[in-house]
Amino acid sequence: MLPGFARPLLIPGLLALLLATVAVALNAGTIDIDWSALGGDGAAPTALLQLRLPRIVLAVLIGAVLAQTGAVAQALFRNPLAEPGLIGVSAGAALAAALVHTALTGFASRLALPASLVLPVAAFAGGLAAAAIVLRLARRDGQTDMTTLLLAGTAINAFVAALVGLLSARADDAGLRGFTLWMYGNLGRAGWNEIAIAAPVLLAVALWLPREARGLDALLLGDTEAAHLGLDVERLKRRLLVAVVLATGASVSLAGVIGFVGLVVPHAIRLLAGPGHRLLLPASALLGALLLTLADTVARTAAAPAEWPVGALTSALGAPFFLALLLRMRSRIGLP
Amino acid sequence: MTLAATGVSLVGDGRLLLDDVSLQLEPGTLHVLLGPNGAGKSTLLGLLAGDRAPHAGRVTLDDRALPDWPPAQLARRRAVMMQRDELRFPFSVDEVVALGRLPWQRRERSPAEQAAIRAALDEAGASPLSGRRYLALSGGERARVQLARALAQIHADTDDPAARYLLLDEPTASLDFAFQHQVLTRLRQLADRGVGVLAILQDPNLALRHADQVSLLAQGRLMASGRPEKVLEPARLSTLYGLPIVAAARPDGGCALLVEDALRKGRP
Repeated sequence: MLPGFARPLLIPGLLALLLATVAVALNAGTIDIDWSALGGDGAAPTALLQLRLPRIVLAVLIGAVLAQTGAVAQALFRNPLAEPGLIGVSAGAALAAALVHTALTGFASRLALPASLVLPVAAFAGGLAAAAIVLRLARRDGQTDMTTLLLAGTAINAFVAALVGLLSARADDAGLRGFTLWMYGNLGRAGWNEIAIAAPVLLAVALWLPREARGLDALLLGDTEAAHLGLDVERLKRRLLVAVVLATGASVSLAGVIGFVGLVVPHAIRLLAGPGHRLLLPASALLGALLLTLADTVARTAAAPAEWPVGALTSALGAPFFLALLLRMRSRIGLP
Repeated sequence: MTLAATGVSLVGDGRLLLDDVSLQLEPGTLHVLLGPNGAGKSTLLGLLAGDRAPHAGRVTLDDRALPDWPPAQLARRRAVMMQRDELRFPFSVDEVVALGRLPWQRRERSPAEQAAIRAALDEAGASPLSGRRYLALSGGERARVQLARALAQIHADTDDPAARYLLLDEPTASLDFAFQHQVLTRLRQLADRGVGVLAILQDPNLALRHADQVSLLAQGRLMASGRPEKVLEPARLSTLYGLPIVAAARPDGGCALLVEDALRKGRP
């Protein structure tokens, strides 16, 4: 835990590190950029504006949102191991993406939508639909029961995974490869058009969530206890779930599944600054943005010109880090 | 000015959990709710807290039905200390107590708020725990911190004369002998300062020793209510709990309830 005097420095410190990471990410890549001659035509400005900058913008937005929604899901489930995937968004989006890649390839090409938008729109709709089913199943007598939600989410996730498996069995090689790569998350797919559609959702959620910080703190005490403190718990939970679903859906539809950011980042911040959401949410957003920008830079430069799927990279780095946290600091992160 | 349940009934799982129960919690009294397991004590406390609405009858604070109160205003007037404790995140003791100030919607760092938190810690006997991590505390220490949080919630400004109410579901559960008396003594002091305190207890002797008023619940009905020595008669308790209970004189002049040992009866 940071000493008291250092806590106010956490946000400015992370912000400075994020800016430095963005600068490094802009500079890194197969094309060397001559920063003194940017005004002219040529490969350098194109690489910057059309390739690197959109990826970095997307990494910052998605990293921030995944880390924050992870923290929010952990508060809603009152479980430090929860993550938004439990609500079924990623699974629903994956099913829709599998459909587009396999069964619907011919159908998708006849749609009025530009081809590059078919996949994200379908994935977003699929994610929302699956989450809506899970949220509906968890409601009884006007109350959202988080245990039912968890179990319903598990069941829907398993069912959707089975459908994806059936679809892959009848897919051709190109479709299978496209879908598999989609699953592992990649920030290189989206251009400025897609970002322009999704960024307002991501930005709105990222800026709004910290306003619910005290309500989230109260939820950690228990639903009944939070109601005793004068909160309208049911409406608060519904607002938060909708925000989590929209933001996760938007990020999955643009970049595929990016694991462990939502799990690891809030834990790291809790170790530094405690579980209070007023600091946890903005600090998680900054650290999530920083880590995903860094991971994506490594993913596109380490094996250039080939590219690693960034979702596989975050999971590969996140899983051991998470285990180390778990084993060394069980009590400090709230485990028995 | 009271927190009152009037003729409340509640049905759950196809049976009558509470049957036409009336209870008035007066400011400045320590009111103890007693009865066998499953008698409906926690259910009644939940109705008084506004957790759910009764199927018949009504619950009022200052003659105004609970659902008609703005939630934050109600929260500033009455706090609830539950038996279970779900907190699994590594807050400090002070952060847990500060959560009690949520309904006041004020800047947490202001000197007045910090003073309210310190006063609550002090009244609950939890000041020595300040600065420690909540998850590292023992059950008894956690109970004191939760009491402090409840007290911080109803800590009023000096110019606010409205009566405060505190509802506690078995505040002595899992506490050792000494802590049980310590908690009851603190509740006694709160009542003396004008707070209306309702506590569910299991031990009639604690009620006899500390309460101003006792209500006895059995199978969802109010069996008796009044001064502890009138309500907690050995004959009535014997019938209720199905145990031979006798009253014995205490060395200090009071009286204590004992369970008679049938095997030793009549022997020297």
